[in-house]
This record gives sequence, structure tokens and C-alpha cells, in this order.
Amino acid sequence: MNSNIWLLTFADAISIATTLILASLGAILTERSGVINLGVEGMLLMGAVTGFVVADSSGNLWLALLVSVLVGVVLSAVHAALTIGLRANQIVSGLAMVIFGTGLSQFIGKPVEGLPRPVIIRPLNFGALSDIPILGPVVFGHDLFTYLTWLLAAGLSFYLHRTRPGLLLRATGDAPATVDAQGGSVARIRWMHVIAGGALMSFAGAWYMFARAAAWSQAATTNGIGWIALALVVFASWRPLRAIGGAVLFGFTLQVPFTLQAEQISILPPTIVAMFPYLVTLAVLVALSTPRARRLLGAPKLLGQPFVRDER
Amino acid sequence: MKRRKVIAAAFAAAAMIVAAACGSDDAADEEVTEETEATEETMAPAEDYSMVKAAVVYIGVPGDAGWTYQHDQGIAYLEEQLGIEVTRLENIPEGAESVATFDKLARDGYNLIMGTSFGYMDPMLEVAAKYPDVCFQHASGYKTAENMGNYFGAMEEARYLSGIAAGAATTSGKLGYVAAFPIPEVLRGINAFTLGVRSVNPTATVQVAWTSTWFDPAKEKEAAQSLLATGADVIAQHQDTTAPGEAAKEAGAKWVGYNSDTKAGDFPDTWLTGPVWNWGPHYVKMAKDVAAGTCDATPYYGNMADGMITLGVYGSGVSQETQDLIAEKAAAIIDGSFLPFTGPIKDNEGNEQIASGASASLGDLLGQSYLVEGVIGSAKG
Repeated sequence: MNSNIWLLTFADAISIATTLILASLGAILTERSGVINLGVEGMLLMGAVTGFVVADSSGNLWLALLVSVLVGVVLSAVHAALTIGLRANQIVSGLAMVIFGTGLSQFIGKPVEGLPRPVIIRPLNFGALSDIPILGPVVFGHDLFTYLTWLLAAGLSFYLHRTRPGLLLRATGDAPATVDAQGGSVARIRWMHVIAGGALMSFAGAWYMFARAAAWSQAATTNGIGWIALALVVFASWRPLRAIGGAVLFGFTLQVPFTLQAEQISILPPTIVAMFPYLVTLAVLVALSTPRARRLLGAPKLLGQPFVRDER
Repeated sequence: MKRRKVIAAAFAAAAMIVAAACGSDDAADEEVTEETEATEETMAPAEDYSMVKAAVVYIGVPGDAGWTYQHDQGIAYLEEQLGIEVTRLENIPEGAESVATFDKLARDGYNLIMGTSFGYMDPMLEVAAKYPDVCFQHASGYKTAENMGNYFGAMEEARYLSGIAAGAATTSGKLGYVAAFPIPEVLRGINAFTLGVRSVNPTATVQVAWTSTWFDPAKEKEAAQSLLATGADVIAQHQDTTAPGEAAKEAGAKWVGYNSDTKAGDFPDTWLTGPVWNWGPHYVKMAKDVAAGTCDATPYYGNMADGMITLGVYGSGVSQETQDLIAEKAAAIIDGSFLPFTGPIKDNEGNEQIASGASASLGDLLGQSYLVEGVIGSAKG
């Protein structure tokens, strides 16, 4: 048994978890306000492709990241307008976002398909620290955004559970009528968090593009990571810090098929092993689909329901 | 930016040709007529091929800098040679969607329909039976019909040669091979590569990672990373993109590409060499057949001797000595005096597959279902 490769797999899982954490933090913010946005996959793809195109023409990573965040803002504003403004069905609007995002990203990405990445997000250089056995690759082998993402998860956890706006946000998801009666604006709170969430999802796609993918290649770029992020929200029971652990676990299942091959462990064909993350996603979603399970987990009580004053 | 440069370069080249043509006015009369004739032959085809309505179906995109890119170069060559335009359909998945695509093309009046992915074989066969007047051509498969031919080539020849370069370059004695599917074409390639590696480095091993995809940069890269993590210092591939090369570059390892060497310059310290396809001349032949009212359904298996297969440019990591050795072997392959699959060859489970002194027939090669000694991995994926 080659312990080095397992260590690298674990370090890799932590790295790929960055996308999952960012996307699920976005989804947590959105869902805590009582709006569900199933369009994560579409937002990831749009973030990835717009980032790539901007970086390709400008060569500037920061500009590329900024643009992809703005794209996330615009797309989630469409979702917000439909579901909060027009009170459309959130599931349908979210699925429309996936289809729209997939199609549009393919259209935008056509000219740059297969080109090498114009800029790359590289791991930070910690000098001697990276050479520490085990801790080196696992803790000190990542890029700036991975560390910022951990901080962000901690910050959002504080925001949700320890601040007044966070309390208002949770109340909006659980009992919008109460917020309304207290003089808060349900629509305003929802708009803000849907948009902030969308920006995070889109940024997650851009990070994945510049840090992990080899090239832009249509829908294959994100490989369904957006759907995994949605399952992760439930898995983390809508708590930002728990999303980190869950993301590393899912990241590990994404990385492990090749490690098993490299290690000559062939209990199952690699094609079956490659299904793992998606099977885990399915299993989590099915297991947690009953109303009772959701209540136990602390799902926002009125998740997915438009708020109409005087109806309840 | 790059594209603009290419266009500018094309214009410049065109201008130079025009200038050269004008310049030759001053030369002797005889020469002038000769040159005009030659120009006419290449610029405007003597025959009219406009009755050839050709379409090609790609699994990926020409931007992959690999498999589809190289086919697209061949198609561009066809267009230039015969003065026709070919319809290109990109990103068509294998299976049911490709049936619909081939069917639509046939209904739309195309009389030469080409498909360039292994999984198009059965869909194309199904559609070919419905449209007997349309000529279908399939790359990389093995089934044919009255109006469906197939074309492919002995990539194992160039794979063997690239293996020599890889075997000479490795210091750890561990090589990695990112491979798509455990089908004969891919197994044959891994085997030929490994035989080449071990011809110069008898104890080296080649470890395989199966990706279950032809075209997926992210997966190809991850597979290469897992091989690099096991200690491999040279990565080879049977994939459509340059993503395994990206992984090798990031890890400071060497890389043997595949399909095309167009991106070799982007990997100055990484690129060793790579087996390369040259499809153009065969595409021209197919179209000429259709223009003559026939459809060549005999399987075509190109090789280094007829130029369909070549070895790409060398990177800085290949010494002159190794290049000379490869040139010598290449010459022997081309004149037929050396066959890479010559016994004794054992598979990696210890069974003798090719007896000492014997060599594999084409039929054996096309159905190869084992991995040779020295390969770490399963022939079943």
C-alpha cells in the first residue's frame, strides 16, 4: 500500500472541496431565506465559462473572477425576479436555470473550447512548511481561495447564528409572516440572499475552472458538481461549517476512483466506482426527503414556498 | 488574438504566392506555362467535385488539439484539394443521438457521411442500411456494409516508437498511461508503447488508469495526476485532449502526447513526442470515390509506410542518440523488416500470447484483448 498516494488523494479532496463548499454556501444562504435554487449546476458552468472567456481576452484573473461573480448576480436576479417577484414555482425556475446555464455556457464557450487555461490559480508557496510530512500537502498545499473559503464558511456561520441580520434571515426561511409582521421586508431579505448565493455559486465555477479543470469543455467541465453541492446542503443540515466536512467527504469520493486504480484495488470496475459521488448524493437526498427528516435536520420550514402577505 | 494572427499569416502566405506567381512572368515561357498548370491543379481542381455533399460527425471539437483537431485538419485538406465544403457536426454523443444525426444527414441529401468515433459504428450501420445510395465511412471501428466503409491505421507502429523515447526518458522506471476504454485499439496501443519502452528499458513498468471517456479534460487530468502520485515520471495517453500533458507539466514530468503535435510548443520541457494521425489523403480518396459513383467499403488500415501514421516532433527531452535509434526502427517498420508485435510476447498474467519468432497477424492485432508483460493494470478496465 502506497501511503503517499492516499495522502495526495486526501489533499486533492480538500482542494476540490473548495468548489463544493463555495457552491453549497451559496445554496445555504439562498435556502435559509426560504428560496430554493436548483440551478447551481447552471450557475457553476456560467461562472466557469465567462471567467474563462474574460481571462482569455484580458489575461487578468481578477477581472475574470469579478465578471463571473457579476454573471452569478445577474442569473440569480432572474431567479429572484421569477420566484420572489412573480412568485413562480421555485423548482421549475431552478431547473430552467440549469438548462439555460448549460446551453448558454456551451454557446459562449464554443470559440475557446479545448484551449489551455489563460491563467491558473496556483497553490500558495509556504516554503518549508509544505515539506512537513502529512500536514504539508494536506494543510499547506492549497491556493489562496481555498483558505478564504474556510474563513468564509466560519464567517457565514457566525453571521447566521450570532448576528441580528442572520436571525432575520433564518426567520425569513422559517416564518416569513412573523418577519413581515415585525416590519421586516421578506422580499428584500430574500432578494439579497438569493443574489449573494448566486454570486458564490458562480464564483465556485470560476475557481474550479482556473484551479482544477484542464480546459473548458462543455458540460463536462463541472461534471455534475452543482448537483452534489445541493445534496451537500442537506447533508450539512443548512449549517455553513458542516459543509466543509461534507465537502471533503464528497471530494474524496470524487477523487478515489483513480486512486483505487492506481493502487490496483479492483473489487469493482472503475466505471462503477466513478458513480460513487452521485450514488451518495442520491442516497442522501432520498434518505432526507421525508418531511420528518427535514424537520429534524433543521431545514428552513417554509423552504420553497413563495410568501404572500395575509395568506398565512 | 491567436486566431487573428493565423488569419494574418494566411493572408501573408496568399500574398506571397500571388507575388511569386507574378514574379514568374519574367521567367522563360516554358517555365511559366508549367507553373500556371501546377497552380491551377492545386488552386482550382481540374475536375468538378461539387456533386460530393460531404458531412463529418465529431465526438468532440476541433479545439481539443488532439483527435478531433487532427481529423479536422484532414477535412480541411479535403476541402482545399477538391474545392468542396464539408459540413461538420461537433460534440455528437455516441448512441441514440448519433443515429438521429446520421439519419438527418442522409435525409438532407448528403452522399458522403463520415463519423470519427468508435461508438458511431453500430448507429452508422443501422442508418446505412436505410440509405443504400449514401456512402458512409467510419473511423476506428471494424464493421462494414455495402455502403459503409471503415478507415483506421496501425497507430501501434508510432506508439512503439514513442515508447522508445519514453523508455529512454524515464528515471524512475515507472510510466503512466491514461487510457479511455479497454477495447482492442487502446489495448494494442498500450502494448505497443510498453514494448517500445522495454526495448530500451527492460525493467520499466507502465501503469494504466482507465477514464471511461474519450474526451473529458478534467477526468483525463485527474487520471494523470493519480499516476504521477504513484511515482510515474512519464505520462502517455490514449485520450483526445492535452489535459494529461497539463498534469505532467504541473508535476514536472515528461509527456508523450497523442493524435497531434500542434500544442507541443506549449509544453517546452514536458513534451517528448507523440504518435500523430494524418487523415487528409484518405479523406480525399473517399470523396473522389463518391464522385466516381462508388463507395469503397473495404476496410482501410493505414500505416507509417503510406503516411497515415507518423511520429510527431521531438521535445528537448529526447537525446540525439534516442532519435537516431527511433529513426532506425522507423525505417525498419516502414520497409516491413520489423514488426513491433513479434514473439516471444507474454501477457501480464504470465500467459504466452505470441510464440517466439512468430508475429501477430492483422486479425490478431485488431482483436487484441490482453496487456503485455510490464503493464500494470487490467485489460478488462
